[in-house]
Amino acid sequence: MAKITFITSDEQRITVEGFSGSVMALAVENGIKGIDGDCGGVCSCATCHVHVAPEDVSKTGEASEIETDMLELDDHADQYSRLSCQLQISEVLDGVVLRVAK
Amino acid sequence: MKKSEIPDPFAAQRSNCGYETIDDQNDPVTMLLRHKDVRKTAHNYKTFTSQAVPGRIVVPSEVNIRETRQIPFEVDPPKHGAYRSVLEAWFKRPNNAEYQEVLTTMVSSIIDEMLAKESLEVVNEFALPLQSRALTLLLNTPFKESETWISWGTHVFRSEGEALDADKANVLYDYIDSELDRAIANPSDDLYSVLMQSDFDGRKLSKEEAKGVMVLTFAGGRDTVINAVTNAIAYFADHPESLERLRKEPEIITNAVEEMIRYFSPLTHMGRVVTEDTQVCEHAAKADSRVSLCWASANRDENVFENPDEIVLDRKINPHVGFGFSHHNCLGATHARQIMRILLKELSEKIESIDILDLKENIEQWGKFQRKVGYHKISVKFNAITP
Repeated sequence: MAKITFITSDEQRITVEGFSGSVMALAVENGIKGIDGDCGGVCSCATCHVHVAPEDVSKTGEASEIETDMLELDDHADQYSRLSCQLQISEVLDGVVLRVAK
Repeated sequence: MKKSEIPDPFAAQRSNCGYETIDDQNDPVTMLLRHKDVRKTAHNYKTFTSQAVPGRIVVPSEVNIRETRQIPFEVDPPKHGAYRSVLEAWFKRPNNAEYQEVLTTMVSSIIDEMLAKESLEVVNEFALPLQSRALTLLLNTPFKESETWISWGTHVFRSEGEALDADKANVLYDYIDSELDRAIANPSDDLYSVLMQSDFDGRKLSKEEAKGVMVLTFAGGRDTVINAVTNAIAYFADHPESLERLRKEPEIITNAVEEMIRYFSPLTHMGRVVTEDTQVCEHAAKADSRVSLCWASANRDENVFENPDEIVLDRKINPHVGFGFSHHNCLGATHARQIMRILLKELSEKIESIDILDLKENIEQWGKFQRKVGYHKISVKFNAITP
């Protein structure tokens, strides 16, 4: 189990619990504003973009090349950007804080 | 070769050179064929604009048959974003459970109609009516409007043998004009009325702007959806084991739909106009010339996709550009994805197998490339699952 906190563009702080699957799917299930997950998690649409809190980057790990190539062409991306469909929920992610890009 | 196969005519050119210039009514277009170039160019709206003379970014060019600017399609940021934010919520309605319920009923009932027939022609008897009926949901208009749209045929601009049909375009424009006049006189809760009441940039949207949105909605979502639906039927005819797999593993339907959109690439390419002398893929692109983003070629790029010419139903990483890419990605994608997801679910639950009886492929000619995009006609028989 992992507790994951989302901060939306209107500064709402929402903490939800997940057990498995992707962080994107967890966000969509919980109606987190700004995470649409249009493509269902295959790294095609970039509608699940989050900025990982700097202190949590060690927990989320590095983006793959395909994910990085996608983020490179997103004007709102920075060094903390991830596509949340590529973050798999496990205990490792417990406590992470993610700022929703959109 | 299986009947449902869609070959990739761009493979050799993509790996050898990466682009190819073709003529289009004396306004040549350089088609960009590599995934990386296509995405980079789509993202760079300043050098590769969509905001040219209306119709010029479309290939074949519609400059001679259209004056209305399609919105937000032919507008660049920042104005593009302002239009897009007016429309976003409406075009995301397909994510609502009630919307999906109604769509499921539509899909389920048209499959049942087809199961009662000895044979059916998929394009005209299945895909076109399904696309038209589903569009009543996106527009929130009465179901019976779909009968009018079905009567227009498979492409609102094109008719068989003639790539650009101005008469047919006028039918659509006149129809949209009269619907907007109706919405102005008697507002309801349909898209026309919502557009006429929308605030944009401190004012209301004009009728011409609303018309631009409606033309885009009708034209952009017509032959694309029809091709996606028809190609899916052809694919299942050749692959009954895939129907069975989706029946047993419905959780992969979302992936299967993205994979079909990649493989089918219902829209082959879309143009941009170059705003300054530049270079793309070692090609010198002159200001005021045209390039196109070849989604169909990018979606088969072997540097990005393993086994690019195969439908891998549960492909997990799939950065396809079947719905375009970046600012101008497809406004109707949410609707299209729901149609396809529900179609795959309903087919897998009702259909055991499909027999292809007869077909005529729809092959586009782009310079030296011949690309199959779907079918003009494909007659099949649906075989129900026997309990």
